[in-house]
Amino acid sequence: MDVGRGSGRDDVVEYEPVIGLEIHVQLSTRTKMFCGCELSFGEPPNTRTCPVCLGLPGALPVANAKAIHFGLMIGMALESELAPRSIFHRKNYFYPDLPKGYQISQYDEPLCRGGRLADVRVHRVHLEEDAAKLVHVGESGRIHASDASIVDFNRGGTPLAEIVTEPDVRSAEQAGEWLRLLRVTLGRLGVSDVNMEEGSLRCDANISVRPAGSDEMGTKTELKNMNSFRFIERGIKAEVIRQEKLLARGEKVVQETLHFDPSSGRITTLRSKEEAHDYRYFPEPDLVPIAVSEEMLDTARASMPELPLARAERFEHDPSYMLDTEVAKTLAFRTDLGDFLELRRPESPDEARVRANLIINELAPRVGTDVPLADSMVTPDAVVTISGALMRKEISIGGARQAFDILVEEGGDADAIIEREGLMSAEGGDELAAVVEAAIAANEDAAQKIKAGNPKAIGPIVGYVMRETQGRADGGEVTRLVHEQLGV
Amino acid sequence: MIDRDEVLHVARLARLRLSEQEIEPMAAELSSVLDNIAKIEELNLDGVPPTSHVVEVTGRLRADEPHEPLPREVALAQAPAVSDDGFLVPSPQA
Ligand SMILES: [Zn+2]
Repeated sequence: MDVGRGSGRDDVVEYEPVIGLEIHVQLSTRTKMFCGCELSFGEPPNTRTCPVCLGLPGALPVANAKAIHFGLMIGMALESELAPRSIFHRKNYFYPDLPKGYQISQYDEPLCRGGRLADVRVHRVHLEEDAAKLVHVGESGRIHASDASIVDFNRGGTPLAEIVTEPDVRSAEQAGEWLRLLRVTLGRLGVSDVNMEEGSLRCDANISVRPAGSDEMGTKTELKNMNSFRFIERGIKAEVIRQEKLLARGEKVVQETLHFDPSSGRITTLRSKEEAHDYRYFPEPDLVPIAVSEEMLDTARASMPELPLARAERFEHDPSYMLDTEVAKTLAFRTDLGDFLELRRPESPDEARVRANLIINELAPRVGTDVPLADSMVTPDAVVTISGALMRKEISIGGARQAFDILVEEGGDADAIIEREGLMSAEGGDELAAVVEAAIAANEDAAQKIKAGNPKAIGPIVGYVMRETQGRADGGEVTRLVHEQLGV
Repeated sequence: MIDRDEVLHVARLARLRLSEQEIEPMAAELSSVLDNIAKIEELNLDGVPPTSHVVEVTGRLRADEPHEPLPREVALAQAPAVSDDGFLVPSPQA
């Protein structure tokens, strides 16, 4: 519901949400942040541990060079300032998933400061280690003691980059859209598998509301650990409404950590380790400061791919593409689609547009997302052939679809398939007109309804034409001819 | 001067249980530590960066190459309580 809007009273206040995001990204290194244990992908519990990640006395951590490299790449992608020197801190708290009694993180000297991605400014990016996984005994069902948990240290010590934004987000939808952009950007960088379901990308949101247009900052709450874009959007929406209602009743928002339950839509207070915001950070004496050398910067720079946002802009503004914004974004945000288009330089922006639409609407759905398009049976040349035939009106979109059905299954030469299957649009204008005439004659009822102003009644007539032409007629052309012949 | 409430707060964060007799002496001891540290403020430290590490070594990094992990039975051997494949701990929710 909208609180403070549309009630017709003069004294109602319109509120605007102020949202900042914190994103934890598991980095795709081979080994952990501070030890050589391999990262775990479903291995049996506690089979990837060592004295360092178990927090045994005397064990010394050493930072993983690849994690620093990935951190620098993230900083470059977000246009951050990269610190020539940064240090690790200990963040102290007790919890069974944290064997040392502290998490090694970064505090006031992070690896990256500032930055921006699209319309949201970045406050900082720092590196830290992930906690272990707690399996509550009730879940495992093996031990019948309700007050025990089992700790699996396989995940403990996995490298994380934490990205913190400025409070620039103004709606749940904007949060979702920005996080999608961040996700494809990180995925393109290759620094993480960005799999939200498996927890490689986790998001917290700091949320407050204030009277629209004001500069003041309201009391904020923190919504923790949301692991799908849909939950994030719904969670933020629910929390904004909750705060607006409180303020509209003249009550105060209490600063606290909250949990959104997607199944009930309810927001509850999270009583946990985060309650005590007294982490007593101090510099980690076991780790030397990170000094970022020119060589490390060069290596990171050389590893930077063209980022999705830049690619979308190129597809939109490059004279040989000139694609619509949404089409350009779709191709740029799914790297394999963009790559497939770019494997053959378009002859003209028109050809680029037709080919882009074929890739997005016909090819991609048929191939699915399990394999990149380049690994499918369909060659870039086949798509060039079909788009050319479409543009010369040698085949209809129906014919093109039939060709794709076959190409995706068997591969092969598109010209040969069009020829073999007789997919050429046999109907020149006159021939199709004759079929349409017959279709109208066979569907008097429908024709009368169309004339009476019900355009939806066209279905049976189009169906008749498609049957007669085995789906090869162009739907738009059929509709045009029907309207022409009926004089509507 | 560190007062009684601060001692109890720090003790709680450190999960230390202090007896009633220990609280006042602890407050005095912690205060004297702070007094010693406060002596630094007598120096003019304008432009001196805080010392986070006593030896200025940087750039010791590790190549991203795996080592042999501990066998699980070794990892679990010294834990006070274990299940068949993990460390058994009191549930933090309890
Ligand atoms: Zn380890």
